[in-house]
Amino acid sequence: MGSSYGKKKPVGKMVIMGIISIALYTALLMNQDIINNYIGRGGVYAFLPIVTAFIFSFVHGKFTGDFWTVMGVEAARKKKEVK
Amino acid sequence: MHDIVNAAANFINLDIVNITYLFLVGFVGGLVSGFIGSGGAFVLTPGMMSLGVPGLVAVASNMCHKFPKALVGAIKRAKYGQVDVKLGIVLGISAEAGVLYGAHIQESIKKAFGDAGSNLYVSVAFVAILGIVGTFVLRDAWKTYKSGSTHEEEKVTKIAKWVQSINIPGTMVYFKSLNARVSVLFTIPLGFATGMLAATIAVGGFIGVPAMIYVLGAPSLMASATELVIAFVMGLGGSFKYALSGLVDIRLAMIILGGSLFGIQLGAIGTTYVKPFMIKVVMGVIMVTVLFSRALMVPVYMSQLGLIGQLGDTTVKALKSTSFAIMIFALALGAFIVLKAMWQGRRAEKLSAQEAISHSKV
Repeated sequence: MGSSYGKKKPVGKMVIMGIISIALYTALLMNQDIINNYIGRGGVYAFLPIVTAFIFSFVHGKFTGDFWTVMGVEAARKKKEVK
Repeated sequence: MHDIVNAAANFINLDIVNITYLFLVGFVGGLVSGFIGSGGAFVLTPGMMSLGVPGLVAVASNMCHKFPKALVGAIKRAKYGQVDVKLGIVLGISAEAGVLYGAHIQESIKKAFGDAGSNLYVSVAFVAILGIVGTFVLRDAWKTYKSGSTHEEEKVTKIAKWVQSINIPGTMVYFKSLNARVSVLFTIPLGFATGMLAATIAVGGFIGVPAMIYVLGAPSLMASATELVIAFVMGLGGSFKYALSGLVDIRLAMIILGGSLFGIQLGAIGTTYVKPFMIKVVMGVIMVTVLFSRALMVPVYMSQLGLIGQLGDTTVKALKSTSFAIMIFALALGAFIVLKAMWQGRRAEKLSAQEAISHSKV
C-alpha cells in the first residue's frame, strides 16, 4: 500500500463498478417479491442467497475500495512502529 | 423446517426509511468490524429486530451479509500483513461446528417457545456475553492506558504462555501470529465457542478476538484481522444452513452489505493508524454500552412469554425506545472513537512527513 503518492486515482474503475453495483441493487429491489418467494422456499434454493452475496461483495467491494482511494483515504504509509 | 417457519411472514416491507436506516447501520457496523474484526452484528441484529424482523431471520440475514463483508475486510487487512490465514481457517472450521450446534439450539427454542422465546434467548445471550467479556476487555485496555505503556509491544498473558508451553504430540501447529506452536486441542474449543456464539447472537468475535489475544497470545491487530477469516468461514457455512430453511432475507442482507462495505474498508484503513490497545478500547466500550440496550428488552420478551406479569403498553414503548436510543448511542460512540483515532493518526503522519521535508531542506 506504501508509496501511493503520485499514483493515478482509479476514478474510471470506481465509476464502472459503481454503475454495476447500482444496477445490481436496482434489480434486487425491483424484483424483491419474486426473489423472496424463491429464497423463502429454502432447500435447493439455498445456493441463491450465497451466490448473490458473493456477486455483490465482489462488485460492491471493488467499488467501495476504489471509492476511499479516490477520496484520498488510504492506509498509513509508514509501517507501524513497534518498540 | 417449513412447518416451523412461514417464510412470507418473516419478510418485512421495505420502504426508503428502512433502507436508509439499514444502510447507515450497516456502514457503522462495517466500520467497527473493519477495525475490531467483528461487532457489526451486535448492532445490526437488534437493529433489524427493531424494524419488526423476527430474531431468527435477523440473525440469518445478518450472517449472510457478514461472510461477504468479512471476505472483503480480510483481503484488505491481509494487504497490511495483519492476517494469520492458517489460524483463521483452523479456528473457522471448529467454529463451523459451533455454528451448526448453536443454530440447532436456536431452532429448537423457536419451535418450543415461538418468536418471543427466540428473542429472549438472543437478548439474554447478548447481555451475558457482552457483560462478562466486554468488562474484561475494557478493564485490560484501561490498565494499559493507565500504565502509560500504550506504545509498547503487547505482553503475552500468563494463560497464553502456558497454552504455548504445552506440547501434545501429533496436535501441534505453528501459527505465525503467535510465533509459536499450539495444540489444536486448545484451538478447537475456542473455535467451537466462537461459532456457537455467532449462531446465537451473530457476533462470534466477542469470544474469538479476546480468546486469540488472551488465551492464545496473538497481538490485538492480528487477532482482530484474523477474526475476519473466521467470520468468513463460519458465516458462509452458517448462512447456507439458515438458507436451507429459507430464513435469509437477502434484501436486508444486501442493503446492510451495501453500507458495511464502505465501512469495513474505512475501518481496515483505520487500523494502520492506531496503537493496538485502541482495538480493545473500541471493542470494550461498544460491548458494554450495547448490553444495556439489550438488557432493557429482556422484561418485554419475558412478559410476552408470561414469565412475569403483563407490562403496560406505555412501559413497553418506553423500554423499546430507550433500548433503541442506547443502541444508536453505542453505534455513534464506536464510530466516533474509530474515526477520531484514525484522524489523529493521519494528522500525526502528515506532521511527521512535513517535519521530515523541512528537515531535509535544512
